[in-house]
Amino acid sequence: MSGFYSFKDNQLENNLFLNRIVAAFIAILLLTSGLVIRLIHLQVTGHEHYASLAKDNSIKISPIVPTRGMIYDRHGNILAENTPSYSLEIIPEKTTDIDDTLARLQQLLAISEEKIDLYQKQRKRQKRFTSTPLLLSMTDEEIAKFAVQRPFFPGVDIRQRLVRHYPYGELAAHVVGYVGRINEAEIKTLPSAEYQGSTHVGKLGIESSYETELHGKTGNAEIETNVQARPLNTLNETDAVQGANLYLTLDMDLQKTAYDALDSFNGAVVAIDIKTGGVLVFASRPSFDPNPFVAGIANDAYQALQTSEDQPLFNRALRGLYPPGSTIKPFVALAGLEHNAITASQHLFCKGYFQLPNVEHQYRCWKKTGHEWVSVNKAIMESCDVYFYQLSNMLGIDNMHSFLQKFGFGEKTGIDLVGEKTGLLPSPEWKLEQKKQSWYPGETLITGIGQGLNQVTPLQLARATATLANRGEIVNPFLVDKMVSATSTLPSRDPHKEIIPLKTKNVNSIIEAMVNVVHNEHGTAYDLKKNFNYQIAGKTGTAQVRGIKQNAKYDENKIAFKYRDHALFIAFAPADNPKIAIAVIAENGGHGGSIAAPIAAKVIKQYLKDNNEN
Amino acid sequence: MKIETHHDQFEPPSFIGTLLRKLHVDIPLFICLSLASLLSFVILYSAGSQDMGVLNRQGARIILAFVFMIILAHIDPYQFKRYSVLLFGIGLFLLLAVLLMGQTALGAQRWLNLGFFRFQPSEMIKITTPMTIAWYLSGHPLPPRPKQLLIASILILVPTLLIAKQPDLGTAILVASSGAGVLFFAGLSWWFMTGILASLAALTPVLWHFMHDYQRARVRTFLNPEADPLGRGYHIIQSKIAIGSGGIHGKGWLGSTQSELDFLPESSTDFIFAVFAEEFGLFGCIGLLLLYLLIISRCLYIASQTRDTYCRLLASSLAFTFFVYVFVNIGMVIGVLPVVGVPLPLISYGGTSIVTLLSGFGILMSIHTHKKPLHH
Repeated sequence: MSGFYSFKDNQLENNLFLNRIVAAFIAILLLTSGLVIRLIHLQVTGHEHYASLAKDNSIKISPIVPTRGMIYDRHGNILAENTPSYSLEIIPEKTTDIDDTLARLQQLLAISEEKIDLYQKQRKRQKRFTSTPLLLSMTDEEIAKFAVQRPFFPGVDIRQRLVRHYPYGELAAHVVGYVGRINEAEIKTLPSAEYQGSTHVGKLGIESSYETELHGKTGNAEIETNVQARPLNTLNETDAVQGANLYLTLDMDLQKTAYDALDSFNGAVVAIDIKTGGVLVFASRPSFDPNPFVAGIANDAYQALQTSEDQPLFNRALRGLYPPGSTIKPFVALAGLEHNAITASQHLFCKGYFQLPNVEHQYRCWKKTGHEWVSVNKAIMESCDVYFYQLSNMLGIDNMHSFLQKFGFGEKTGIDLVGEKTGLLPSPEWKLEQKKQSWYPGETLITGIGQGLNQVTPLQLARATATLANRGEIVNPFLVDKMVSATSTLPSRDPHKEIIPLKTKNVNSIIEAMVNVVHNEHGTAYDLKKNFNYQIAGKTGTAQVRGIKQNAKYDENKIAFKYRDHALFIAFAPADNPKIAIAVIAENGGHGGSIAAPIAAKVIKQYLKDNNEN
Repeated sequence: MKIETHHDQFEPPSFIGTLLRKLHVDIPLFICLSLASLLSFVILYSAGSQDMGVLNRQGARIILAFVFMIILAHIDPYQFKRYSVLLFGIGLFLLLAVLLMGQTALGAQRWLNLGFFRFQPSEMIKITTPMTIAWYLSGHPLPPRPKQLLIASILILVPTLLIAKQPDLGTAILVASSGAGVLFFAGLSWWFMTGILASLAALTPVLWHFMHDYQRARVRTFLNPEADPLGRGYHIIQSKIAIGSGGIHGKGWLGSTQSELDFLPESSTDFIFAVFAEEFGLFGCIGLLLLYLLIISRCLYIASQTRDTYCRLLASSLAFTFFVYVFVNIGMVIGVLPVVGVPLPLISYGGTSIVTLLSGFGILMSIHTHKKPLHH
């Protein structure tokens, strides 16, 4: 600064400052007067109005809880419903001493400590005049016990509530899921206004994936109450919007067939309607009864489910990761044909094992004596490993990886269920990034027969099979077919989104070979043929759970059950006009052909019989 | 007629008076602040459902805050001036640190965990912003020229935007007004201020665009609380019922039914004025406002008695910010301003804000009790 302004004029500044102090003070006085005027408006003019709201006749806004939507299968069978049941409810405001009341109730009805805790948490979230359930689905005995003692428990009453019920129990527990009481973590994430008055929320499966739609919209009523908060009169009401009813693509008869067919094996069955992508069967075994979860499952029962070695809570169809084994061979063979690594008529020699140049390790075929000269047809039909070692070696991992990826291996299918696993389709890039190791040529061979690092979910396998049956038109699986509600409707699905460009003659060669798996006497699933008067295409698979040493022999009888091979089978039918695609995994089942294939056969047979009758 | 020779000298009437003077404490301010703190206990006992734990924690905070105030009152204002920029710089640095690695509480990043305690850098900024603006403007002739105005505006905007981004709209408003206060007292032309206000009004749509969803929701609620009575409008409706039902005389101490029946949320913190209004009525409210006015008047008086430009700009701005605090909080509780997270100063429970607040008064006391002989 220079010139005139470099001088500080103290007197001028002083006057200026004092003026500003006065101005500020006046402004502050004016604004404060504004506050006072508003206070007079509220406390003098509006006093009567507000006092009546607060004191004599307070208006309480109470939520109107919507009824949760029902869940049906494709034939209208009920999967989830709301049944009336009696619950013990407490209005904290009306009790003399809530803690004492709880203690006495606990003694009277032998209520577990967990349920008391759960109630306490729920109570803190709600207003003191709302009724909160302590016990759901009371037994007749409990009702009788309490009824006698009722006069000693002011504020406690038996009420009828709608409780979620799953008629099919364990049969579709993993898909349908269940609702449970809202827990503390959920309180923080759920929209509080929407869930005032709601006690339950979807925890798993469709119940969780479609929570918003099933829940509906909470309404509210302005209720005039007296000093004791007893409702006198409803002034204004905004109705609740009931939750949407969901219709699944699932076929419960078929689901039951698949579930029963798995029998004593742990595993999964997924069947897809090829034309639409609708999932017909989504079975995971062992399963659990979802009904106890609704009222709050007892801790020890839950612990038992959690710690069971068979993992009944685990949804194998959606989240189980298995090596695909030989079921990947049709896809690898198709990759070979499409990339011109081999032709359909070309033969490769199998002497029982394969060796990479200058490597001593023998990559063995399952048939020790070898298959001799093998074409692509015979390779799939008899599941020759050596053919696929050689093919993979010629094809190269990059071609194989990019081709298999198109069929959805190593990627989520995008099904409308939360928690889907990605699986793993190994590649040199992946290995370098994740394991900081370079790729060995031997791994290409192992990948080509579906062993090694490969991991697929049963759902992925079924989808890839459906896409193959569909001749490259990608099938996107889904579960919810229809949504019926006052407000929301399901966005229409585009059934087929992308098409993998494939040469017709190549696809024909593969499908022909897969038909031979079942219908040729040398096929690995020839036993199935007798069941069908039409052609089905399939592929067996046997996935190693544990590696076998170079010179050791795999002997099913000498090995612990849990280290036995997984049995796999993929199929679609009818071969000439595919309608259903299926993937079956029977854990530790041994051979795909003898254990997994019959399960698939039962499902296919029933589905096509039903559909032809209709 | 008796001639008073030392009419401008305050004679210490007692031992306590002497002690307080030695401590560099301004007695009228000290009395008012103690009164407000006492009031805080009285209301908190009622609003906090008679929970002694609440009172103990509040008591500890108030004692800490008074200790801070007395320590700061001891420091020569020249030191404040000297370290203004340095402290401001540290504050800005910590603000950035919070944005990059701070802890998230209730969806907002405000805290910096220093291991032994959590610290809100935005609190430090509340005081160091007016210090820095006052330091900068006091080096130039007043009223400020456009160039100084520009630089001062940047110095205000940087911390304000950083805090708004946390997001903490309430503190951002307080920081902005503390800086703007300095500019006002430095003699910013009326025409210019009118212009700024007009362009701010024009910029409202732009501001709306940059707001967080929850901030927009608050503004919408403010404009029409009845639209969402179970959700966001709930606070305002219940708060108005509490205040209105208090009437002229109030329902008496511990007589608040609204907070007792849990209708009134945040009754101990941001909405404590509603409990106060319900229990002590219009008379109580006017009394509280008078107490606040007394504090503000004393602060403005201290500012007017100061000859040093830095000191008086800082002192007047601190007084002004204190008023903004009161006005924004009460304004939102009685439903004339949108809900922003600003506590009722000296009364609301919790927050490190009470320490900052009393630190400000400590600086004011320092300015008042360290007057240097005037240079002519």
